[in-house]
Amino acid sequence: MNLETVLILSGIIFTIGLYGSLTKKNSIVVVMCLELMFNAVAIAVIGFSRFRPPQVLVDSDVLSPLNVLSGHMMAVFVIAIGAAEVALALALIISIYKIKGNIELTGLNNLKN
Amino acid sequence: MSIENIYWLILLIPFIGFLINGILFSIFFKNYSKISGFVTVTSVFISFVLSIFSLINFNDKGVQLLDSFDWLMIGDVGIKTGFLIDPLTSMMLIVVTGVSLMIQIYSIGYMASDKGYSRYFSFMALFTFSMLGLVLSKNLIHLFIFWELVGVSSYLLIGFWFKKNSAVVAAKKAFLMTRVGDFGLMVGILFIFSKGQQYLDIPTLYKGVSSGEFQGSGLLIMCILLFLGAVGKSAQFPLHSWLPDAMEGPTPVSALLHSATMVTAGVFLIGRLFPLFESSSEIMVIIAIIGGFTAVFAATMGVVSDDIKRVLAYSTISQLGYMVLALGSGFYAAAFFHLFTHAWFKALLFLSAGSVSHATGTFNMKFMGGLRKHMPITYVLTLLGALSLIGIFPFSGFWSKDEILGHIYLQNSPISMVLFILASLGVFLTALYMTRVIMLTFHGSYKGGISSENSSNSKSEDNDHPTEPHESPGIMLFPMIILGFLSVVIGFLVNPLIDLGFVSKHAFSHFLEHNLFFDDPKEFHFVFEVAIISTILAILGIVSAILVFKGKLNIKNNFVYKILINKYYFDEFYENLIVKKFFYNKIGSLLSWIDENIVDKSNAKISDFTIYLSKKMSNVQNGHLQSYGFVFFMALTVLMIVFFISNLNTGDSWLDLINKLNSEIY
Repeated sequence: MNLETVLILSGIIFTIGLYGSLTKKNSIVVVMCLELMFNAVAIAVIGFSRFRPPQVLVDSDVLSPLNVLSGHMMAVFVIAIGAAEVALALALIISIYKIKGNIELTGLNNLKN
Repeated sequence: MSIENIYWLILLIPFIGFLINGILFSIFFKNYSKISGFVTVTSVFISFVLSIFSLINFNDKGVQLLDSFDWLMIGDVGIKTGFLIDPLTSMMLIVVTGVSLMIQIYSIGYMASDKGYSRYFSFMALFTFSMLGLVLSKNLIHLFIFWELVGVSSYLLIGFWFKKNSAVVAAKKAFLMTRVGDFGLMVGILFIFSKGQQYLDIPTLYKGVSSGEFQGSGLLIMCILLFLGAVGKSAQFPLHSWLPDAMEGPTPVSALLHSATMVTAGVFLIGRLFPLFESSSEIMVIIAIIGGFTAVFAATMGVVSDDIKRVLAYSTISQLGYMVLALGSGFYAAAFFHLFTHAWFKALLFLSAGSVSHATGTFNMKFMGGLRKHMPITYVLTLLGALSLIGIFPFSGFWSKDEILGHIYLQNSPISMVLFILASLGVFLTALYMTRVIMLTFHGSYKGGISSENSSNSKSEDNDHPTEPHESPGIMLFPMIILGFLSVVIGFLVNPLIDLGFVSKHAFSHFLEHNLFFDDPKEFHFVFEVAIISTILAILGIVSAILVFKGKLNIKNNFVYKILINKYYFDEFYENLIVKKFFYNKIGSLLSWIDENIVDKSNAKISDFTIYLSKKMSNVQNGHLQSYGFVFFMALTVLMIVFFISNLNTGDSWLDLINKLNSEIY
């Protein structure tokens, strides 16, 4: 287990999320894909924090929580923001469904003309 | 007052007259103010007095070159304004201002009831100004500018009655036909320029010619081009046909156009560039032959024309032919002596024609006749002018024409024999048509003038009872009397055969040759046998014209008459063949094909392509965030791939590459 494997995993998940968010019509799937991208970033951040090279330490004490847990703290933030965003997105999708009767993103071009 | 200022005044005072008439009066008096006539007359009069003063002054000082200031300097290349005052210029100043003055005075009476009175006088002043500028110019570029100004003002004056269709057509014809020649002149000047920009200065050009700078094959082409300008302006064959049509303008305009300004400009140009022409013997032969041919050619058309002004116009072409012939044969002084005398008597003849039409209302000689009793003064004056033109002893035309004939006679070469025969034939024809004019207009019985012309044209019954023709008012007769006096005496007075005491022998000719390019004084001869020959020919012409008039000789309705009355079909040739068939059909259709198929179609193609492209491009901007994101991401990916491939061989690990990318982005 090293940084490369973590980053490859993170890259795969991020790419799947990106692909889904760019190609899918269904807005719930798009929101899910966005979540995938958030989580890929969180994995990458934790990986960086776990396999950090010694020359970029924040504190001189190697086992200081600032050094060990900064990535985890970032990941917790990401998850919290992701949850808030999902709540917001689902509320929007529900109200779009109430107005239009479907949740397809391609139909959302009423302002265009 | 310095001498230089005099020449500035001579030039600019008519221009001020033009501005006053053209701007002030046309705005405040709606083109009609009695004062405008006097403004122009006064301005020309001042110029005339100053010209005489400058002539007197000239004899003390000789040729003067006045450089005033630089004009249009671009680096070292540029044009200097200045005046070249040589005998030719001094003489032309007198002719232009003097004849113009007489004609302006006459115009006050002739144009009195015209609505465009002020406009007329402003154009006349402009015309005089342009011609003065032309003769004063020291630089070929200036000469060309004033040359074109003469063309413009003649266009304005020929088309003065712009509501009359024929006048508009004639003005356009005059403008365009002289333009053919002007183009030649312009290319010729550029040709001279290409030999060195200093040669645009005329005295430097003289020096260049005498030191042999202008030689070789280019010289002939250059001379032909320059001569083409003179051919156009002086209405020589083959560009002659605009001049008879130019009779559509008011009669004083024709008088000015045909005596002192415009047509003499061409002859003046040949005289001005005489050393250049003289250095090529071929061009001199061409000039002489064209001049001699035109002298006869135009005279034959004059014999049959019924319009009094057209006869005079043909006679002008013919007399200009004499001048060109003389120049081409190398007789500089004789040519300008003829120009000098011709200006006075031709102006007189035109003014007489105007006076006749003032009385009868028409120019058609078929409806005149018998005016001798009604207008005795005009009759006598016309007779004086005509005798002078025919060249009867001792009128002025006799001296100048015989000087040309005598010199050709003495030249004694095969070509000069042909030219002499042509010139003598011209004398006979001149006598013929001028006598015909006199007989038709003043003898016989009166045929009713304008009213009978109208009724013969429309065949209508409402025949106005023909009014009796009457003598013209004094303001018109006064300048005619002065001109008549000059026509009689001036030829002998300025260039006498013998020493008169106050005028020395051949004073005028010696004076003219006293310029920048003639070194050795020439001998001037009066050839007695030539004088007798020409007088006999003239009398022969007069007698045959009288015989025709009395009905003893029938010339009408044969083949020659038909060709002559149709002006050798030159108008048809130019208008049908060249203009319609060649220009309209061939060149015009070619141009319209190019316009439709190349210009228009390429335009349409370009706009179609732009519309097509913009439709395709607008598909990209569809408003879908997803597709924008897709493009954005794909572009990023491609850039990254390119970056990594380009750094593949540097041996860096991928982490180094990312660091490198970071440092390049920031």
